[in-house]
Formats: sequence, structure tokens, C-alpha cells
Amino acid sequence: MEMEMVSGRPKTLLPVPTHYCPGCGHGVIHRLVAEVIDGLGIREKTVVVAPVGCAVLLYNYFDVDAYEAAHGRAPAIATGCKRVNPELVVFTYQGDGDFAAIGTAEAVHVAARGEKITTIFVNNAIYGMTGGQMAPTTLLGQKTTTTTSGRASETAGFPIRMSEMIATLPGAAYVARVSVSSPKNVAQAKMAVRKAFETQIKGLGYSLVEFLSQCPTNWHMTPVESVRWVEEQMVPYYPLGEFKVPKEE
Amino acid sequence: MTEKKFMAGNEAIAEAAVQAGCRCYFGYPITPQNEIGEYMSWRLPQVGGCFIQAESEVAAIYMVFGAAGAGARVMTSSSSPGISLMQEGISYIAAAELPCVIVNMMRAGPGLGGIQPSQSDYFQATKGGGHGDYHMLVLAPHTAQEAVNLTMLAFDLADKYRNPVMILGDGNIGQMMEPVEFKSPEKPFVARKEWIVTGAKNRPRNIIKTLFLDPVILEKRNLAMGAKLREAVKNEVRFEPYLIEDADIVIAAYGTVARIAKTAIKILREKGLKVGLLRPISLYPFPYQAFAQTAERVKSILVVEMSLGQMVEDVKLAVCGKSRVHFYCRVGGMVPSYDEIVAEVEKIAKEAK
Amino acid sequence: MGKVVIDEEFCKGCTLCINACPQHLLRTAKRVSKTSYHPAELVDPEGKCTGCGLCALVCPDAAIQVYREKKAGVKEK
Repeated sequence: MEMEMVSGRPKTLLPVPTHYCPGCGHGVIHRLVAEVIDGLGIREKTVVVAPVGCAVLLYNYFDVDAYEAAHGRAPAIATGCKRVNPELVVFTYQGDGDFAAIGTAEAVHVAARGEKITTIFVNNAIYGMTGGQMAPTTLLGQKTTTTTSGRASETAGFPIRMSEMIATLPGAAYVARVSVSSPKNVAQAKMAVRKAFETQIKGLGYSLVEFLSQCPTNWHMTPVESVRWVEEQMVPYYPLGEFKVPKEE
Repeated sequence: MTEKKFMAGNEAIAEAAVQAGCRCYFGYPITPQNEIGEYMSWRLPQVGGCFIQAESEVAAIYMVFGAAGAGARVMTSSSSPGISLMQEGISYIAAAELPCVIVNMMRAGPGLGGIQPSQSDYFQATKGGGHGDYHMLVLAPHTAQEAVNLTMLAFDLADKYRNPVMILGDGNIGQMMEPVEFKSPEKPFVARKEWIVTGAKNRPRNIIKTLFLDPVILEKRNLAMGAKLREAVKNEVRFEPYLIEDADIVIAAYGTVARIAKTAIKILREKGLKVGLLRPISLYPFPYQAFAQTAERVKSILVVEMSLGQMVEDVKLAVCGKSRVHFYCRVGGMVPSYDEIVAEVEKIAKEAK
Repeated sequence: MGKVVIDEEFCKGCTLCINACPQHLLRTAKRVSKTSYHPAELVDPEGKCTGCGLCALVCPDAAIQVYREKKAGVKEK
């Protein structure tokens, strides 16, 4: 029987083995974004702004023009780029330190300004690159290298729900939280990414897709255990869904 | 435009930037330079440019990074505490070899300090400020017209060396109103840069980055930066010798203090003292040679600064003991009067007898 | 009906595909790949693979190519 390939590596994702740990969510998220870029045919006018974090080297994997940002400042760099060339499709790719800690002012204001850029925000409830410290998104009771007895609200406060927060801003046109913990969630996540990029292309405002992602290494789990942890522990606190959809005239 | 306009230094700098082709400005309000951003907020839309009042100086400097990487002529401005906030970004801009102009209208520090003029950011501007091996080219105007000229030059130098360039002024330079005229640039700016981020169409992707984990590669980049700076040191020294040919005592001062020194010199000359001024215009590269040559002839150099002693170290380095280096300062926002400088010079002249 | 090809240059043996396959046709190989992982491999003696692509959906390394029998007039993206 004659077979045809129905699924393979997207063109925008370079055939370069990644440095990400086995099972890491970044790999899936990169692939989804690359698939959307291919599907929309926008590779030649897409610019990515890389974060500081495990994804700092993402410009080795995406075949698009790129900036490497200082920690948390990707939205500001993206703003500068997009204002010079509004016809480009500019997206930032950021982790929880980048977006929910050091860069939270930039995160709020890029949305407040309604900048026509997109943020892919990878929430894995931990600081991966630096070895597993607490993130602003770390859950209460979660053990990290800086909350060895489990995060306690009295000393370390409460986790931040970035999507809900950003969705309150009028300049944010599309805000969604997704996960890559199962095939169904991956498929839905891709649709959200596509909607986010379309929001930008239509000039409707700022778009944000928050990905709940697994970090098997720093959670000290196997990849299969880690996707289960996303579904059982993260989703109850960080519900999936669309928090803002554009009102198109 | 060639007619003279009566403008405040801050506004003149902003207009000069626009004349030089600057089409992006990102900044945050801080006294005493708010007029720069305010001017840009209405002037840039007139020329199809982009003005953003950013959420902080930190955000502003990274917007500069983004716009510069996209090929635009871009400027930011701030004052001492805000410039401190920008230091990381300046290091990144220099590391990525991006051109931009940064204006610092110095105010008294440290900390929140005061809003009156000072020159206490000289070290920060010329010796680094941000981490790593890099330098900004630093230009210090002493009149509003010179601020116009140096701002336009700054954009050219930034593109020539792919490096941030700083205009170092103070609140006095920014606020005072003087007649200025704007001459169109000799060469209109054309963005012809292969490395800018414009979308990877018909070419391999461009990556604007500063992370190089392989020390072999990073050393090469640092050495290339050093070579580039040595070229700038060779070609971009600027200074004004003022009545130094017959001087026994030479004052060293820049910016506002240089203006005051010129008045003091007039008074001293009327009293029969042969005094001159060697005024650095480029603070980086510093006119070491000019000072060294001057030190061969004069007995004393009086460095006057609005700081506890920053440029004086470069003067001493240049002079290398060949001449006595004296120092006089006012700090905390106090500005020396010409009387004080006259008195200092007279003191030196008396000691020399 | 379908088959999958797992590229061992990219597979890190994370087993997410094994976990996702509704027909349980994937398993961890005993051998070690050039990149020092135990890659996943398709074991489908009865030709049960439908080319559903769920494995490729969850693969973090874009290591899986999914093939499906060509059906006239049906296009997949």
C-alpha cells in the first residue's frame, strides 16, 4: 500500500538536536509554534525574541530572524522591533522568571500598550536553567531548591496567574492558557497559538498563550510522571481556556 | 532649516536628533531632561517616527536595543539615576554592536540626589558603567549649538562604529536657552545594514545576540571590540584649546564648567594672568595627547569639575607628572562661580612665584 | 494502514510517545542510540498502526514521521 507522510518536522524547526531534557515541554512548544509559522506562511517575516532560561538558545532551532534578550526584557525589545517594522510578525518566547518575575513590568506594559506582538509564555512552575529554584508560578507546597520544605505562603507568597492578570488589560486582545500534557491538549494548544498569531496579523492587539509545561528534571520525575503532574497538580490552579478573545468589528 | 531658533538645550538636542534621521525615541521622565522626551512625543509623529514613553528606563533601553537591531536611528535620554538603570542594557547594546545615541543630563547624586547640575557620572560614562569590556563614545557639549552639532555627529559615529554613543550634559546645558541653527547633514542617512532584523527573506537568518558560551569565540569578539575602540581612539579625539598658546596655567574643564571657566579666564587675563582652557569635547576617547603636550609647556593645570574628582584622574594620567595638577570642585548640585575659579587660579599663580 | 518512523538522531527516549499510543505499539528499545539514549521503536507485527499521529503530537523532539495509507481525495495538513 502506498503511504504518504502526514506528520513530520515543520520546515521552520531546523533539524538540529535540541539541548532540552528528554520529555521537556519546550520541544513540543517549539514544534507547535514552528508548525503555525509554516501553516500561516510567515517564516520570512517572523522575528523571535529569545529569553534567558532554558530556551535562551532557541535561535539555534527556529529558522527566523532573532534577538537574544536580557532577562525579562523581551517584550521591550519586541516593541522596538515591531514599531520599526510593523509588517513583521514578532513574538517573544519566555519562561516564568522572564515573564512573571524580573520582566513583569515589561509583560504588563506590552499588553497595556496593546503592542501587536505575541508572547509564548512557558510556565513550568520552576526555574529550570539555573537548577530548580522557586518561580513565581511555583505551587504552594511544591519543593524546589529554594523551598526545600515546600513553598509556604507566609514566607514566599502565592503563585501568580499571569494569564488572568494580563487578560484584565484592554490592550490584551487574545489570552489563553494551554498545556502539552496529552495529545488532545497539544492539538488545542496549537489552535491557540494560531489564534494568537492571527490576532497579531490582524492588528487587533497583544496576544498571549501561556503553556503549562513539564520539567521532568527539576521536578525529579520521569517525563510520563511529569505530564501527569501538570494535569493533576497544575491545571487545578492554572485552569486551561481562553481568557480573552478579540472583539472583531 | 538654516535660520536661528532660540531653544533650550534639551529641545535642541531632540530636534538635532530628528534632523540626523532619528525616527525612534524611547524614554522615561526624569528631571532635568524631560523636555527631550516631551519634544519627541509630538515631533516624531510629524516625521512618521515612533515615540514611546516606556514603563521604566530599563524597558526604554531595551526598546532601543530592539529598534537599533531593526535598523532604525534611535535615541534615548535620561539623567543619572535613570542612566544607572540603563547600564545593563548599554552593555548588551555594545556587545551586540548596535548603534544608538544615549543622552545623559547629569544631576547631583549619588542615589536620588538632587536635580541641580553635576558632572559626577564621568566615570560611569567613560570607564564602563555596565559590565564587561566595552566603551561608549562620549561627547560633552558646552553650548546649545554644540549640543546640536554633537548630537548629529553622535548618530554618525554610532553607525560608523556600531556602538552606543553618549551625549554627556547636565541640567544647565539642558535648560538654558540659546540661539541654535540646524544644518542638514552632509550625507542623508541610509540604512544599508546586512545584519539587521527584517525577516529572513532570501537570506540566512540574522541573530542579534550577546551570549557566546565558547570562550574561544568570545575572546575573538572581545579582541575585535578592543580593536574597534582603538580605531575610535585614533580617529575621534575632539577638544578645544582656548588661549593656551601663551598660558602659564591651563584650566581643564568640560560642559557647563568650561563655560564658566571661559568667563574666569577673561577676568584673569584682564588682571594680567596668562590663563587658558583645554576643553575636552570627547571624553571617550579622552584627549590624553593634548594634555600631555600642554603639560610640557605649562607649570600648572587646574582641573575644575562638578564632582569629587573624576576627570582629574585622566588629566593626571595624561600629564604623567610633567606638570602640577590642581583640583577644584563643587558637588551636590552646586555650580562653581567664575569668582571661585578666578580665586583658585590666583592662588595657584601666587604659589608658583 | 499506517506506520511511524522514529529518527534516532533526535529521539531522547522520553517515552511520551509510548505513553500516548492508543494501540501500545511503541516500546523502549534495548539498544542504545548514537546519542546515548534508548530510543522508542515501533513494534507492529500485525500492522495495527493507524497513523493516528498521537505519538508525533506529544514528541518533544519532532523525531517522529507519521505515514498513512493514501486515500483518494482526502488531504491532511
